[in-house]
Amino acid sequence: MSAGRDRLGTVPVWRDVRVLRIVSQIVFLAAIAAGIWWLLNNLSTNLEESGLNIAFRFLRETAGFPISEGISYEPTNVNGYAFLVGIFNTLRVAVVGIVLTTIIGTLVGVARLSSNWLVRKLATLYVETVRNIPLLVQLFFWYFAVMLTALPLVKNAIRLPGPIYLSRRGLYMPWPTLTESFGTWAWYILGGAVLGAAIYAVRRIQLKRADRPGFPLAWAALGFVVVVIAGWFLTPGSPLGVDIPVLKKFNFEGGMWLSASFSALLIGLATYTGAFIAEIVRAGILAVGKGQTEAARALGLRRSLVLRLVILPQALRVIIPPLTSQYLNLTKNSSLAILIGYYDLLNVGTTIFNQTGRAVEMILLIMGSYLSMSLVTSLVMNWYNRRIKLVER
Amino acid sequence: MKRVVLAVVVLALFIPLCVVGQTTLDTILARGRLICGVNAALPGFGFLDAETGEFAGFDIDYGKAIAAALGVDVEFIPLTAGERLTALQTGQIDVLLRNTTWTLTRDSKELGLDFCPTTFYDGQGFIVRKAEEIESIKDLDGATVCVTSGTTTEGNLADAFRLNGLALNTQVFAETEAAFGAYDAMACDCYTSDKSQLASLRTTAAVPDDHTILPDTISKEPLGPLVRHGDDEWFDIVKWVVFATFFAEEYGITQANVAAFTSDNPEIRRFLGLEGGMGAKLGLANDFAVQVIEAVGNYGEIYDRHLGPDGLDIPRAGSLNDLYINGGLIYCPAWR
Repeated sequence: MSAGRDRLGTVPVWRDVRVLRIVSQIVFLAAIAAGIWWLLNNLSTNLEESGLNIAFRFLRETAGFPISEGISYEPTNVNGYAFLVGIFNTLRVAVVGIVLTTIIGTLVGVARLSSNWLVRKLATLYVETVRNIPLLVQLFFWYFAVMLTALPLVKNAIRLPGPIYLSRRGLYMPWPTLTESFGTWAWYILGGAVLGAAIYAVRRIQLKRADRPGFPLAWAALGFVVVVIAGWFLTPGSPLGVDIPVLKKFNFEGGMWLSASFSALLIGLATYTGAFIAEIVRAGILAVGKGQTEAARALGLRRSLVLRLVILPQALRVIIPPLTSQYLNLTKNSSLAILIGYYDLLNVGTTIFNQTGRAVEMILLIMGSYLSMSLVTSLVMNWYNRRIKLVER
Repeated sequence: MKRVVLAVVVLALFIPLCVVGQTTLDTILARGRLICGVNAALPGFGFLDAETGEFAGFDIDYGKAIAAALGVDVEFIPLTAGERLTALQTGQIDVLLRNTTWTLTRDSKELGLDFCPTTFYDGQGFIVRKAEEIESIKDLDGATVCVTSGTTTEGNLADAFRLNGLALNTQVFAETEAAFGAYDAMACDCYTSDKSQLASLRTTAAVPDDHTILPDTISKEPLGPLVRHGDDEWFDIVKWVVFATFFAEEYGITQANVAAFTSDNPEIRRFLGLEGGMGAKLGLANDFAVQVIEAVGNYGEIYDRHLGPDGLDIPRAGSLNDLYINGGLIYCPAWR
């Protein structure tokens, strides 16, 4: 026995599993660090050799090129601001796209489980068609085949109530503008928000004490809306004006303009990602055992409450992590915008680097922008995921 | 084994960046092949001919001319407007022949590029639909303009509209085909680019006769070959190959007669490599100019082949692209 222990005690270092584990990890890390160092060194040596130094001064130089979409911008603004316009446009399509794709995905996902044969088959047809065709091809389809062929010329624009005008140039619609008395009304909005928050807090505590489900948010929203509407009438003069688009020689002017490129990109991204989300939603609902529904019904819960209190909380646990990936995909796929003429951050970034020749700097900025957008999305979704996940002991 | 292959591939990816100290000329001669960055979709200047499967055009001929001077093969790499400068900076190509405008920024040390003599003097213009009854740029107030990204055109466009106090809407595309396609589908009121390019693109419109090019020229667009900054030996070679085509036209030396051309004029004798050892001074064969003319002909012949009446039909007589003796800017320095 003692001889055996002795043998164990004298295992040489190079065969000791614990030592080997640590050493192998250190070696691995060192290899990665060396690799990164080598690449960076390579880059800086080569840039120095060709006389190109990394510098971001060009961001403060006048841009001098036009951008027609997004927040107010003039060619006399600086490159850095032009890039911000691009970021804004990417965020705009990503945020609206995420909302839209979630709605499409949820509806189609539920439809795929419908007991109605036609609804089920149509949903299946949609999912199988859309997710099996490359996104770029779909974007070209939406832009060149739908927007630029099916829609009328700007002079014969379709007039929808509003008035909203639909043509090959995109969508022109009335848009509110702030008037002088908006400042007064803003106080009512603020007051309404405070009241809403207070109602929400009180109602939540009440419900918690009574230990029963309810909708504290609905009461809060009601309070907010009442104050805001009352404020509208109490404010002297209308706090908001309306800017209505009018047809000029070439285009409509005034109002809000959503370009055909934006619409094509938005529809393309939302329907494409929606097909994937539908499958995720379907998987999530199927993951909740049938017995759960039956048990909840046996307890006497209404159908809506079964869904809200029993099915969804369990389904969401399965849905959220893959859903996050789809949101990230949508944001990153929006970089295809440049191919159909939408001013996203890659489009503007490319223009800046062509005007200034600062390729490395711009690529770094573009990568950094996408990375931070994605990380923020992940952060929010992970926080939500932690909140809804099964609490285990 | 697989891992070794992978490692070699990954290493190979980075090796071109590490090669230092070798001149462009040495690299090309060792490779036996000249690599040119070109346009693949601009009829007349550089495009992939669907019938022959080969590149053809004005810029392509200059690639062939440089290769002939060196006595090597030539390879053409199609590049987009956005890729072209980086491709040259990183050494992916030896010379850029892709209708690139000579600007101060691009020529500066900051970008690491040098411009060779201009081979085509161009200017930016607009193509519009005849039905719109637009006479000049002043009628374009509030119009939507389609543009290709990665060019000087975006900046010129903004400047011209600012100068005239006109409202401007633009739409920028990565690819010329998409940008012009959007204009052709009436998503834009006009398309803007270098006039030579407009002439070329008009032929690709659904109904070319429906479109017209406005008389306004809003910019200077001298187009010519580019090389990397810092390799003067290579810079000189490309410059003098271009000059050779100018020289040959001035003295009536053509593709057909260059082999048998004789003269008592000492400058022509130096050009033909009969005396003076001019080629050797550049690191080339003394008869390099003869090789160039034999391969592609003189400037006038190259122009007529692609841009003349049989090609894009861009009028030359009296334009900036005529010989200096006819009032143009095509001028070769002294061959001595």
